[in-house]
Amino acid sequence: MRLEVEDLACNRGERRIFSGVSFALTAGEALIVTGRNGAGKSTLLDLLAGRLHPAAGRVVLSEAGDRTLPECLHYVGHRDALKSALTAQENLDFARDFLGDPALESQEALEAVGLVHAARLPVAYLSAGQRRRIALARLLVAHRPLWLLDEPTSALDTASQATLLGLMETHRARGGLIVATTHAPLALAGAKEVRIERSRPAPSEAVA
Amino acid sequence: MIRSFRALLVRDLKLAARVGGSGMMGLIFFLAIVTLIPFALGPDLNLLSRIGPAILWIAALLATLIGLDRLFQADQEDGSLDLLRLAPIPLEVVVFAKVAAHWLVTGLPLALAAPFLGLLVALSPDAMLAMVATLLVGTPALTFIGAVGAALTASLRRGGLILAILVLPFMIPTLIFGVSAANAALGGTVPFATPFLILAALSLFAAVVGIVGAAAALRSGE
Repeated sequence: MRLEVEDLACNRGERRIFSGVSFALTAGEALIVTGRNGAGKSTLLDLLAGRLHPAAGRVVLSEAGDRTLPECLHYVGHRDALKSALTAQENLDFARDFLGDPALESQEALEAVGLVHAARLPVAYLSAGQRRRIALARLLVAHRPLWLLDEPTSALDTASQATLLGLMETHRARGGLIVATTHAPLALAGAKEVRIERSRPAPSEAVA
Repeated sequence: MIRSFRALLVRDLKLAARVGGSGMMGLIFFLAIVTLIPFALGPDLNLLSRIGPAILWIAALLATLIGLDRLFQADQEDGSLDLLRLAPIPLEVVVFAKVAAHWLVTGLPLALAAPFLGLLVALSPDAMLAMVATLLVGTPALTFIGAVGAALTASLRRGGLILAILVLPFMIPTLIFGVSAANAALGGTVPFATPFLILAALSLFAAVVGIVGAAAALRSGE
């Protein structure tokens, strides 16, 4: 699978958030998105996930068969997308059945993030870091070539951050693609980096 | 497709049954309204049995609104909606699964409980059967119409009130034909089948418009 982004720009309301973002990713490559708070890092991931539409530029997916971009990706954002009334196991079972193309069993995925003991607890009882780890375990229960991770290390302790890095490297070794936003440096070997700067409104743009 | 649909349906049914779920709330609200009205009107059995179908229908309509505001809002708040967008199935099918689960825990129990609540408003056995039939066929229309409002208000705080104001006018035709079908079963010049078939048509129409409308509202909701 290959993902190309050409001269991407995004507006929220009347405001131009960023413009001129370009990159290309092929199998096994990772991209780290950096930038100040509010620069539009999460917005870039939203564009890639298909939740927002670009104001200019395009996102091109190739070598992915007949699947659309949203069907090719996992998204782990600030909100964990976990149902607090359900147990960790039930949340993962749901994701596994719902997303299709199942990979690891929920139990194995929980083992990979070190949370087997919490499998039968409702997610409401778990801490922020534990919830984040369950959200990350969702990456393992369904095969999706592209991982979009929004600040994946937030709320994680150092041991879990190392586990996450291991998972990301394994995914890349199998030909997966990763786009991650981060403030803390992520030690991904040979990762590309793109820095998002808030674009200043040019006089001609302000009229348009 | 079936697998994703079933997974979502089962998840929503489980959630309704767990702590904080809306399962049974609609039914208890329905019971509360139907119990209140005889207290307000007084013990006039003839009057009650004449307006009984109307009372049950209005109560069912209000009970359907309970929990409807959380239909998409809960998923919006915890980020699950983003997960649902990544499905290998169209968003319309996702909406259909959620609405079906919602109807199974609100609309269906209302229809099944109607005979027991019919006792409170002195309905005849024939009228009770007619109530079950009309609610069974008519409440899907209410849920589907409500789903559009729920999708439109998914990202609003306190969206429940706006939801009610938005969707109640569109529920009027369902209410009219639901009550007239139930009344037709009690006697009168109109055969039962005429308003009942229109009610069924309203439900089918609402199913299509509701699913497409709610999915469109969710797509543009960002």
